[in-house]
Amino acid sequence: MTDTITEHADHTLHKGEPLVEMTDVGKAFGPIVALEGINLTVRAGEVACVLGDNGAGKSTLIKIISGLHPHTSGTLKVDGKDVHFASPRDSLNHGIATVYQDLAVVSLMEVWRNFFLGSELRKGNYPLAPMDITAMREIADSELKKMGISVKDINQPIGTLSGGQRQCVAIARAVYFGARVLILDEPTAALGVKQSGVVLKYTAAARDAGLGVVFITHNPHHAFLVGNHFIILKLGRRVLDKTRDEVTLEELTSEMAGGRELAELSHELQGR
Amino acid sequence: MSSPVATPPKASETPAPVKRTLASRLATRPEIGAVAAAIAIFIFFFAIAPPFRTLPSFSTVLYASSTIGIVAVGVALLMIGGEFDLSSGVSVVTAALAAALLTFQLSLNIWVGVLFSLLVALGIGFINGYLVVKTGIPSFLITLSTFFMLRGINLGVTKAVTGTVASANVSELDGFASAKAIFASNIDLGFITINITVIWWLVFVALGSWILLRTRIGNWIFAAGGNQDSARAVGVPVPKVKIGLFMGVGFLCWFYGMHLLFNFSSVQSGLGIGNEFIYIIAAVVGGCLLTGGYGSVAGAAVGAFIFGMTTQGIVFAGFDPNWFYTFLGAMLLLAVLVNLYVKNYASTRR
Repeated sequence: MTDTITEHADHTLHKGEPLVEMTDVGKAFGPIVALEGINLTVRAGEVACVLGDNGAGKSTLIKIISGLHPHTSGTLKVDGKDVHFASPRDSLNHGIATVYQDLAVVSLMEVWRNFFLGSELRKGNYPLAPMDITAMREIADSELKKMGISVKDINQPIGTLSGGQRQCVAIARAVYFGARVLILDEPTAALGVKQSGVVLKYTAAARDAGLGVVFITHNPHHAFLVGNHFIILKLGRRVLDKTRDEVTLEELTSEMAGGRELAELSHELQGR
Repeated sequence: MSSPVATPPKASETPAPVKRTLASRLATRPEIGAVAAAIAIFIFFFAIAPPFRTLPSFSTVLYASSTIGIVAVGVALLMIGGEFDLSSGVSVVTAALAAALLTFQLSLNIWVGVLFSLLVALGIGFINGYLVVKTGIPSFLITLSTFFMLRGINLGVTKAVTGTVASANVSELDGFASAKAIFASNIDLGFITINITVIWWLVFVALGSWILLRTRIGNWIFAAGGNQDSARAVGVPVPKVKIGLFMGVGFLCWFYGMHLLFNFSSVQSGLGIGNEFIYIIAAVVGGCLLTGGYGSVAGAAVGAFIFGMTTQGIVFAGFDPNWFYTFLGAMLLLAVLVNLYVKNYASTRR
């Protein structure tokens, strides 16, 4: 399955070069501050893991990078240039592809229509030009086979696939369309152990092919398997920011579970 | 370099693709219920109403179908795109009145009115679409508002301009003959004489189907109705698609409005009310889901054909025409049940 990635990955990527740099980025919805003072650098060939509990600001963070919500403070640079995304299309045009946990696919549409949604192949460049449906079916079918996803019929509605398969179709689609930065939003949250394994291997393969990956999760075990850099968010603020050498799985787990608060609570409970 | 993480697909995990059987594929077509119903209704009237069997009466069935079917093409596409238009019935009359009143009062060439009313109809579609997209208020409420506003405007403006509730007769104006040839003439095919609206209806159905199934805009329509957040996230311009769909309904309302104007030479300002539901019923009977994301233009055409057969068939069979609405309601209920079944069948895991 790594063939797909190395084949479509951008060969101008150099391991370690910063692709996306966020400096002091924040997002306020009116008077409510959802995110504040975030510094995050996504480097080619590395996985940046963003961890946090529900409501920590993980989703807001990726929605800024993927262009669904513009940031309200700080700077966002892509390839060293200041950007301010107005729409997901802007972000895609910069090579940033996002795979969402909940809104990855349109379930009543056929697998091949989903695979090419928003990037359809056309037989001409005029309004109402017909799509190249034969080619789209063939490409979608062969790309999915390369990933080891068995789809009975490429014309079946994607809602008939399992959750893991749908997630993999969405990731395959992002990589196929030349993503340089891949944002995975809770890709393993709804999956079983085996299906999670497939997604994690695929994440590592994307990293090794030189893509910059942002891996959003609340599972420190999954994060530690693939991550190079870890950030933990809590209530919209960064509470931990360490590279793989500086941190242990125990530290991540404890910090995710509440860390200091948990220690204080334990002290309090034992003190009785 | 990526060998440690490579997982070549195991042969046991990738069974050869299985082609679904023809029956199973047919069962998931959105229009299958409508086609079955159309065949049953055709056989029914063919059996009990002798006049139904003649070619001239088939021509009137086709004409009645086309008067609903033309606007139903746009309404079906809009519903697949996840929205709803209650103003389509009166927009038809608004377009016809706009053309008639402007040209008659200023004694202009009728084609000026034709173009002016096109702008009016597209404008109504644009306003509906823009308000739905910008406010996020359900299209049911937005278009219900435009429905009532247009209903009042149709009557009020006509009365203010002409002093009566109908437009003046425009058949003496320049350009009337050429416009009538395009919007309201009869075409002799040798064995049958049909109204030109039937030809236009088939053209619009073919064009609508082509757009829906063969172009990327069609892909975007399905996605906008099926899951607009997903669609937006992969770069589909959902607001433009929706505004475009409302304007498409506006265009077809204009077209049918022009037919009314050139067929009858003047327009009654109170017409059109209630037709919006007939268009929606044609689309739903044809397999469009009220929630969007699923349906077909060909299905809406079959839905309109069922409407045409029934309105005419009831007359040919000598039934009391008042039963027509009961039939329409029953058809709609049946269609909704069939659609629910088809949708569930299409989206269960296999």
